[in-house]
Amino acid sequence: MTSLVQKRLFWFTAIFLIAAFFLPVYSRAYVLGLLTVGFYFAIFSMSWDLLFGYAGEVNFGPTFLIGLGAYTAGILNSRYGLAIPWCIAAGSLAAVVGGVILALPALRLKGPYFGLITLVAVLLMLNVVVVGASVTGGEIGLTIPDVIAIDPVANYYIALALMVVSGGVLFFISRSPVGLILQAIGQNSVEAAALGFNVAKHKLAAFVVSAFFTGMAGAFLAFYLGTASVGTMIDVSVGVQIIIGAVLGGRRTIVGAVLGAIFMIAAGEALRPFGTLSTFIVSLIALIVIMVAPGGFLGLMLHRKERN
Amino acid sequence: MRQTEAMLSVNGLTKRFGGLVAVNEISFVVKGGEILGLIGPNGSGKSTVMKLIMGVTKPDAGSIMLKGQNIAGWPSNRVARAGIGIVFQHSRPLHRQTVLEHIKLGLLPDKLTTFFMSRALDQRARDIAHLVGLGSVMDRLPGTLAFADLRRMEVAKAIARNPDVVLIDEPFAGLTAGEVEDFSKLIRTLRDEGRAVLLVDHNVKSVAALVDRVFAMYLGNKIAEGTAETVIQDETVRRVYLGGALEVAQRPALELSGESMLSVSNLSVNYGKAVALQNVSLHIREREFVSVVGLNGAGKTTLFNAISGMIPYQGEIKFLGANQQTSSAAEIAQSGLIQCPETRELFGQLSVGENLEIAGLRLNTQDRQKQLDWLFDLFPILKSRIDQAAATLSGGEQQMLAIGRCLMAKPKLLLLDEPTLGLAPVILEQLSKALERLRQTTDLTVILSEQNVTFALPHADRVYVVEHGQIVWVGPPERFAQEAGKDYL
Repeated sequence: MTSLVQKRLFWFTAIFLIAAFFLPVYSRAYVLGLLTVGFYFAIFSMSWDLLFGYAGEVNFGPTFLIGLGAYTAGILNSRYGLAIPWCIAAGSLAAVVGGVILALPALRLKGPYFGLITLVAVLLMLNVVVVGASVTGGEIGLTIPDVIAIDPVANYYIALALMVVSGGVLFFISRSPVGLILQAIGQNSVEAAALGFNVAKHKLAAFVVSAFFTGMAGAFLAFYLGTASVGTMIDVSVGVQIIIGAVLGGRRTIVGAVLGAIFMIAAGEALRPFGTLSTFIVSLIALIVIMVAPGGFLGLMLHRKERN
Repeated sequence: MRQTEAMLSVNGLTKRFGGLVAVNEISFVVKGGEILGLIGPNGSGKSTVMKLIMGVTKPDAGSIMLKGQNIAGWPSNRVARAGIGIVFQHSRPLHRQTVLEHIKLGLLPDKLTTFFMSRALDQRARDIAHLVGLGSVMDRLPGTLAFADLRRMEVAKAIARNPDVVLIDEPFAGLTAGEVEDFSKLIRTLRDEGRAVLLVDHNVKSVAALVDRVFAMYLGNKIAEGTAETVIQDETVRRVYLGGALEVAQRPALELSGESMLSVSNLSVNYGKAVALQNVSLHIREREFVSVVGLNGAGKTTLFNAISGMIPYQGEIKFLGANQQTSSAAEIAQSGLIQCPETRELFGQLSVGENLEIAGLRLNTQDRQKQLDWLFDLFPILKSRIDQAAATLSGGEQQMLAIGRCLMAKPKLLLLDEPTLGLAPVILEQLSKALERLRQTTDLTVILSEQNVTFALPHADRVYVVEHGQIVWVGPPERFAQEAGKDYL
């Protein structure tokens, strides 16, 4: 049965990637722009799934890590004129340091207490950005002078490639022996330790990996948008969107998060005419899907036939 | 290949939780090729000893020597790698991984750079699966396995690293007689391979056939050590386990002329395809104490849940003359039919006093205080624990609180589901006395569900025996031993 599911997952992924690859031939720049953002959010959701689905840590602060990546890269570029690759490297590194900082309480606190700490991290960061407006651009946002590419098709392929590589690495880790150990730790850390695994070491590693990809994608996103701003990158609601995307796509699947994240971005855009109601409608749809199919989109696609 | 040197030697092991000394200067030795049974009633500290050895909690004093190396205070993962494996009583397997993958998990190195399983590891995992008797199911998911096979899988994980010492917590909990036999064989193979095996269990009887020696604990202290026979004969052990003899207090026969308080007719309950109850009928009169006796899985809890309106059923249930089919669980409880579930369902974070107060919210202040005073007289220990969080009580105290909470609501009919589950004999005696007092001094009607016949019989006016979802015997307790008792005593 496992092989059947995996075979199906393989074909779904292959079809999705081929479609994504040829899409620019048929599609308008508007759709490509939307999907470009969707792909970056997919990386955020997949990274979040590694922490929640595998290591069992509910991190309410994915935007803390995005913010570190985006603002570090953005500030280095706008103030010091550092070249883009260095900015992105520095942004990823800053996020990794942030990930370690988040991991420290996670190793001591359990469940909701850890979740609250991550939430506080986001709120603190919001304050720092607003207070340090002279450096960060404050509530208006930070303008980033350099761009990686101007052509929407090029930007689309950069995001797609980044998502495929990140997703590939994250998926590989999740299915490797290390992923198995992480799952055991997430399920019951006392038992995992009694089987001979250093729980702290593995959790820390999961945080570092998750933070690295989140920060890197955050930095890329900042260069793509030409700005880093509180509303699009740090706000708690952005984090909630990433979390819903991961759960909606299918918890503990890594790749499902791609579907969930793209759905969240696309639905938000499609429902824009409804104004503030759009958030409500998207949330309602997400809630219904989670209640009807706890396995998420991917669970629905992979298991539907077996159930009949 | 039996060995005789000390594999594991524990010296002066001590652990305090606040003011409570949970483990007090415990010393024992387990040799290679030996099975030691570590026994004691609830709260004796036996599980704490196991956790101290495994490094789940750290000892305050004493040493734990594993093949001459002191591992006291080491974290679990180091203890595991030094050569100790543990089979937990409750384990949560991973749902999406096969049995074989679970065993592989136990074989993996503690490194972040292992990205592929080697062929040798795969072969070793398969060998272990065959060794513990999981060869035919190793590609299945845990959710599809029988409980006994899940236990085997836990053993497989524990011995994957080829440990010198294997700790097993309550090896036979939840297994049927046949499964116990098979599982015992597996544990004997572990011993015959030269490992030191430490079994932790409630009483000598359950492990007597398997162990080479027994070490008995009570309230953190050692009370006896030796062969199973000598420990069973030991004065202190007998006093701890048997307490005073259960006194059977008869009361004058009730006048049974009245209408049935509760009448159940042709009750059937199905869980999917499984039949849980089939055409069960029973009638309870006011002030009667009735025991429903049956083994695990016979359908006792299902019967109670149907009566309390918590699960759908076919058939008719009448309480105080009213048909219950359309009543919700809450309405049934308000009409005076209260169930005290075997899982106790206390509000763990709230204090003893708060737990009782919530149950008595329906009463006015004066009645509530009166009921509370009466309860504290019935269970004096609850009064001394009044400000303590319910979750921190011992098992016996929690059970008293659970019963007390039901009584606060002034029930007319109390359904008491397996109150003795997991409790030590000394506690049973206190519970037994409280029940007898309820029977002698109140108008309460009680249905008691029990596996423990010696506990259930003394308080019963009548006994129902449930087997495989059907009532197979009903009669007075005096005739039970003769007519239905052979399977239970």
